[in-house]
Amino acid sequence: MYDPRISIIEKRLKKIGKVIAISSGKGGVGKSLFASVLALALTKKGFRTGLFDIDFTSPTTHVVLGAANLSPRESKGLIPPKIHGLKYMSLVFYIGNRAIPLRGADLSNVLVETLATTLWGNLDFLVIDMPPGMSDLLLDVIKYVSKTQFLIVTTPSKMAFETVRRLLNLLRDLRVPILGVIENMKMDDSNYIEREVKSLGEKFLGEIHFDSGLEKALGDIKSLLKTSFMNEIEESILAKNPEITS
Amino acid sequence: MHEWSLAEAIISAVFSIAEKENLREVKEVHLRLGELQQIEVDILKFALLEMKTGKLSNAKFIIRTVRAKFKCRACNHAWTFREMRIPGDIRESIHFIPEVAHAYIKCPECGSPDFDVIHGRGLWITSVKGVK
Repeated sequence: MYDPRISIIEKRLKKIGKVIAISSGKGGVGKSLFASVLALALTKKGFRTGLFDIDFTSPTTHVVLGAANLSPRESKGLIPPKIHGLKYMSLVFYIGNRAIPLRGADLSNVLVETLATTLWGNLDFLVIDMPPGMSDLLLDVIKYVSKTQFLIVTTPSKMAFETVRRLLNLLRDLRVPILGVIENMKMDDSNYIEREVKSLGEKFLGEIHFDSGLEKALGDIKSLLKTSFMNEIEESILAKNPEITS
Repeated sequence: MHEWSLAEAIISAVFSIAEKENLREVKEVHLRLGELQQIEVDILKFALLEMKTGKLSNAKFIIRTVRAKFKCRACNHAWTFREMRIPGDIRESIHFIPEVAHAYIKCPECGSPDFDVIHGRGLWITSVKGVK
């Protein structure tokens, strides 16, 4: 028996220049916020950008974007709605605020189904908001989205980096391209994360300081674009690491 | 329609299979379609006929639908999709992404949302017959 969905995935992603998966392994480090605001920053720079939230059981990027009453249009596939200039896909369109308990095989099926039926069209960037953990969805993104490059988010916490280190080792074992590591929610001048990242031979992409005004700006794009979080993504991350957008 | 994107996937997959098996002409493609997918078989067949080209031009598509059946992981109760009353908008969400059923369906015996789809999920190519 053959699953025909697999054979169309490459074609569906063919017109996408670069796929960046925002991952950590650890939860609560700001992946979804970073993924959403990075996608907005890329859109602001004039890039055609998509955001794909694959944290299927706990999607939250819609909260960051203030996305409400949206749904994909059906026309020989699913055409993602546009919000703030970016193409956006999330399971939240189909489940609202309901809990969706999914086991590993089900998660894989959701990913394959959405990859096979979503018509992203021409994009310069597709940003994928990954779920925490190193299980089915991480392995499936690597398996089915061969052009994916990983951008890793950590906090200054040794606990967070303990998992990040494992993720980096796994990605290296799997020979997956790693753009580098970002230290989010920085609160002091410790260089622990930078040292550790460099000692592993990976690129330290920069730090984003804890922004106490960020929570209030969630869902309000005008406010979000004015936060220091957005500013640091533009000035400290994208401007200093041109390879991300090249 | 969603059926068209799946039809495109089937055509692409059959071409790959024919290539691997050195078939110069495909005569029959057998498909197994899960009920949970909520696919309109007539639309799928029409899309397949519209899209088939080259060595698939004379291919027949034989579609067998499998009823969706669930089994509760908490109490082992088994039940079918057909016996459930599911509103149209929810059916449509399930049509697009069948796993969405886990957000709406609960075991009719114990109320647990932790169940397996034991039959009737997905769309599979079960065999491709042709001339070498």
